[in-house]
Amino acid sequence: MDFASQFVQQLINGISLGSIYALIALGYTMIYGIIKLINFAHGDIYMVGAYIGFFAITMMHVSIVPALLISMIITGLLGMLVERLAYKPLRQAPRISVLITAIGVSFFLEYTMMYFVSPTPRTFPGVFDDVALHFGSFMVNGQQLLIFGITFILMVVLTYIVQKTKIGKAMRAVSFDVETAQLMGIDADRVISITFGIGSALAAAAGVLVGVYYNSIDPLMGIMPGLKAFVAAVLGGIGILPGAMAGGLILGVIEALVSGFISSTFRDAAAFAILILVLLFKPSGLLGKNTREKV
Amino acid sequence: MNTIRKNDLLLIGLGIVVFAVLQGMMTEGLIGSFWKLNIFIICINVILSASLNLINGYTGQFSLGHAGFMAVGAYVGVVLTTNFHWPFLLALVAGGAAAALLGCLIGLPTLRLNGDYLAIATLGLGEIIRIVIMNIQYVGGAAGFTGIPHLTTFPWVFFVMLFTLIVIKNFVNSTHGRACIAIRENEIAAEAMGVNTTKYKVIAFTIGAAFAGVAGGLFAHCFYIINPSSFTFMQSFNYLIMVVMGGLGSLTGSIAGAFVVTFISAALASWPEFRMIIYALALILLMFYRPQGLFGYIELTQIGIVQRLKLKGGHK
Repeated sequence: MDFASQFVQQLINGISLGSIYALIALGYTMIYGIIKLINFAHGDIYMVGAYIGFFAITMMHVSIVPALLISMIITGLLGMLVERLAYKPLRQAPRISVLITAIGVSFFLEYTMMYFVSPTPRTFPGVFDDVALHFGSFMVNGQQLLIFGITFILMVVLTYIVQKTKIGKAMRAVSFDVETAQLMGIDADRVISITFGIGSALAAAAGVLVGVYYNSIDPLMGIMPGLKAFVAAVLGGIGILPGAMAGGLILGVIEALVSGFISSTFRDAAAFAILILVLLFKPSGLLGKNTREKV
Repeated sequence: MNTIRKNDLLLIGLGIVVFAVLQGMMTEGLIGSFWKLNIFIICINVILSASLNLINGYTGQFSLGHAGFMAVGAYVGVVLTTNFHWPFLLALVAGGAAAALLGCLIGLPTLRLNGDYLAIATLGLGEIIRIVIMNIQYVGGAAGFTGIPHLTTFPWVFFVMLFTLIVIKNFVNSTHGRACIAIRENEIAAEAMGVNTTKYKVIAFTIGAAFAGVAGGLFAHCFYIINPSSFTFMQSFNYLIMVVMGGLGSLTGSIAGAFVVTFISAALASWPEFRMIIYALALILLMFYRPQGLFGYIELTQIGIVQRLKLKGGHK
């Protein structure tokens, strides 16, 4: 295989991985945009989503799309529940206490899941194994097509919700200024809850897609992708939806290129190095606006 | 100056009493080897949480890369003692110096970032350090470094801990420390008052990194093997939890936080399947009922009852 076609192949792999990061990063960025919380439990929400998808396919014998929807709905509700129980009582607390609570929630989800499903990885049932599109010397397999398709649909739906619906308008208002939004009659608590719901549903979709893509899920699978997705969100400019999408894709492509052409052990290091470089030169992220802090 | 010295002597005196009691109990066999190891770990964790508190609690810079500096200190230390047969003290100092140098180099550019951006940048740097170590074959790569001499003894961990606490306490109470606290309270106001914010942020970051490196050296020489996976960002989270649990900006709090976290995880070791679940719930509940941590911004010496005792005994 010559260099060019290998490059294109890695690009395709990178975009599929990046789509998954982008889906998780969207939840991160929405939650951060609205309550300024780095929700470290988000990666574990994604893990729970993967398990719900797994049980839906293996126990209820549904196909991939209904499994995805079931997982998104249940995980979305779980996200809202977590917000209601763990973060809402801390609305007035210092931000660092909320962050520690998020780490606590993350541990809780990981190890409760581990208690119920055992730490051994589960094999995700194969979906679309026999589909593959060949373009010359490189190919796009069925799972990758599924990832592209689902991610595209979800992003369109999300953009529609945020830009065109009443709740989307409320979300944008709350993330702009909570107090003013409340004065305008917006129920901020409800908006925050719905934001957690949508963000968690997107993470669940990412979880199911990762299960399909890598065929293996385990209770600690959320830690690294959760962190990477946060990196992606910061890379694109945290709080900005197109930024999270772009950040996720860029991160995925960089990782695929580094593991394809340099060494897969440096994959994670490359992701962080890019992040730091971007932050040093453009501290608010690629698509972020620089705001001067005022006294 | 005089009061500082008096307080130092008091701290040293108290430290020696605690040391004598624990050492006595260890030689008498009242403390088994499991708890003995955990006392070592508590002391090391006190160093780590106190040094992280200097960065996070006193200077208000949100750093999540402490495990990375610890890893540098640990690896430099073990290479020097195992391969070059340096004395333990020099190896610890060298490990601390290496971590400090790295902290200074990393701090200079990244400390321009603020808040959550700094957090994620330091977290990334910590991970980069770990991944780089994992790829150096000379120190064993991902498999870890083996054959480390078991040099860490109780007097070592205890007195290094005491030294760390005294240095950090005096730093915080000095002009430099006041500048750091001013940065935490309001960076722009501090700058307007003529505080060189970058300089003090880098100083605090460097001192914090140095002690993390020393703690890494002590940690590495407790076991016969160290491994890059002991220094993941989860470890940095752990130290952050200790700091916040004890109270940001309170050294007494750092001691309490390190003690409580290490003690909980050791006490629950017999129920491995529930350990982390209980730990997570304890963490969440503590943040619900005491979001400012066990001590808040207060030191033990500032609590009412201790103050009253002091007044009774001190003033004539």
